[in-house]
Amino acid sequence: MRTLIFLLEKEFRQILRNRQILSTLLIAPLIQLILLPLAADYSVKNISLAVVDNDHSPFSQRLINKITASGHFRLTGYAPSYPEALKMVEQDKADIALQIPIHFERDLVRENNKQLYVAINAIEGTKANLGGAYLASIIRNYNDDIRLRWQSTTPSTSPQIEAVSTNWYNPLLNFKLYMVPAILVVLVTVMAALQSALNIVHEKESGTIEQINVTPIKKHIFILGKMIPFLALGIILFTLGLVVGWIFYGIVPIGSLLVLYASLIVYLFAMLGLGLLLATYSATQQQSMSLAFFFINIFNMMSGVFTAVDSMPGWAQAIVSTFPPSHFIKIMRMVVLKGSSFSDITWPLTAMALIGLFLNTWAVLNYRKTS
Amino acid sequence: MRQLITFIRKEFLHVFRDRKSLLMLFGLPIAQIVLFGFALSNEIKNSRIAIVDYSKDATTTRLISKIAASDYFDFQRSLAGADQLQAAFKKGDIKMAVIFPANFGDDLMHTGKATMQVIADASDPNQATTITNYLSQIVTDYNAELAKDAGQPMQINPETQMMYNPELRGAPNFVPGVMALVLMLVCTMMTSVAIVKEKELGTMEILLVSPFKPVYIIIAKLAPNLLISVLNLFIILLLSWLFLDLPVKGSLLLLVTCSILFILTSLSIGLLLSINAQTQQAAMMGSLMGMMLPTMLLTGFLFPIENMPLALQILSNLVPSRWYFIIVKRVMLKGLGITAIWREMLILTSMCVLLFTISLRKFKIRLQ
Repeated sequence: MRTLIFLLEKEFRQILRNRQILSTLLIAPLIQLILLPLAADYSVKNISLAVVDNDHSPFSQRLINKITASGHFRLTGYAPSYPEALKMVEQDKADIALQIPIHFERDLVRENNKQLYVAINAIEGTKANLGGAYLASIIRNYNDDIRLRWQSTTPSTSPQIEAVSTNWYNPLLNFKLYMVPAILVVLVTVMAALQSALNIVHEKESGTIEQINVTPIKKHIFILGKMIPFLALGIILFTLGLVVGWIFYGIVPIGSLLVLYASLIVYLFAMLGLGLLLATYSATQQQSMSLAFFFINIFNMMSGVFTAVDSMPGWAQAIVSTFPPSHFIKIMRMVVLKGSSFSDITWPLTAMALIGLFLNTWAVLNYRKTS
Repeated sequence: MRQLITFIRKEFLHVFRDRKSLLMLFGLPIAQIVLFGFALSNEIKNSRIAIVDYSKDATTTRLISKIAASDYFDFQRSLAGADQLQAAFKKGDIKMAVIFPANFGDDLMHTGKATMQVIADASDPNQATTITNYLSQIVTDYNAELAKDAGQPMQINPETQMMYNPELRGAPNFVPGVMALVLMLVCTMMTSVAIVKEKELGTMEILLVSPFKPVYIIIAKLAPNLLISVLNLFIILLLSWLFLDLPVKGSLLLLVTCSILFILTSLSIGLLLSINAQTQQAAMMGSLMGMMLPTMLLTGFLFPIENMPLALQILSNLVPSRWYFIIVKRVMLKGLGITAIWREMLILTSMCVLLFTISLRKFKIRLQ
């Protein structure tokens, strides 16, 4: 026990001494937490639209007005011809090109039927999908309008089902409520995995690990001595992050802090275990960093921070379920936004603990005092 | 000149001797392009949904089977009452619930109108909006079926064409994004340790006392990284062509030229970090913690830049990967030529020159 305390003293001194690292560990993440949620706004509101109006009728004018009044679309300009409009899409000046054909009004009145042409830049799937859906529903509304106005017939008397929708847990559809907890997890992840991997390898590279290896310090004491400081740093960073979320974004966890911190400790245990494991396989800091980067980057992209895990194919979901961050991000969002309790998060918490146990056992087995 | 070649050889030996790092450097892009290309998509499907049916009549049964048949929903279970919803949402079992009130079918038949309730878990606002839209679409289609006999006058039929990506796959957006991300981070990271490592190990002294121009040291340090990155680029292009069905539509030469420009810019960023850092650890943390998330978010492949606050939009102009992402999309996916991207190329060139010049000037030939 006393040995552990001395080891801890050494580690803390080393960490606190290096200002440059301390600032990248704590200040850089917090600045990012303040700024980046502002960038993570997926709401589709600025879809730029190029219009080709070949009809120049009151009908076509009204349609265009209706689309621009919806708030989802921004009229970037009129194009003289459809190919010109497509060119605007090609050059990213417009996301959607809409062509109103000649005799739109006349044919609609006479023949009861007319086409509209819409071309959407579909490289960004979501924007295309949602933009197309919005445009279609506006055209549908407009269609109902003109029927009411120009035809004396009453609106169709066929039975109608109406779907009334409610949004729970985030009625204002505030994207930041969703992103801030996840970004905080990413920042804690980078800190924990990378630091614990780098730290041990640093001792290897500078040769000081041999000094420790010749002492009668036990393997697990040494590893504990390496883990506890980063556990503490992780908890500090997480706490500061929660405070930043509260001050800048007004996010107060609905669930209990006890649940959050208990999950955080299990999570840090798993991620520090990963860091240790990577350290046991690396000889230089560069190696451990490239290894850590490999995992962190995949974790970030696949764990549901930016895209929904549910939408992935089954094999990918199976892979993702072995990533500790995917579970912790889920827990964070559930506890912070919905107030979920221990009984609701049993499965992700157990999964995380099991992964942590596995990684740590592997790391301890693989760590040798003799090289 | 001979000096430079010898020095470059030394650096190559260093890099190629370290098998583990090398494996990662090549493994990373391969794993990521394959994983992300197949697994990631912006499309939202298989959303788990629960249904509370107080009516249990022919209409609700038909509507439910229509919802269950849709690709977008994964019909989880029927709940007996609305009081169980809160628990299901809290457990994260379901993303949406549909409630049919009692006498739904009767109301529809007799009063010509019936209301169903849709509750979405809006903790993910994007998913909530999208699946609510999907569900409304299903209901609208159902209504249209009901109204078929009535016959609709003055029908407008929008004909929609999804350009460049008719199946709305995720890969066309993610491949250029991942290319920008991976190239930028790998280059920055590799280079960020280059000079500080020599400082830390003490070998810098030997270099500095030798009759060797400082600029040669820098060039020699960058050469192996440049080669590795270009190899990586070709691997990525080959993989996305073979596996993801995304060939380079425009000129390959143009794309490679722009990529080299981008790689050089990223290398210069790493160089600058390396010159300023005191330890390898600080350099790596700087390049990872400082660069990773901003690159992911401000490149524009995850979130549209025009939605961001003005300050961040301005900030995003400083991120080289943003410009490279535009270039890749235009050349690789749309097949456009140099006239469409000369502005972006010019920006990258000036960034590269600027960063390199600053690094060169800050490179100290004294240790303290």
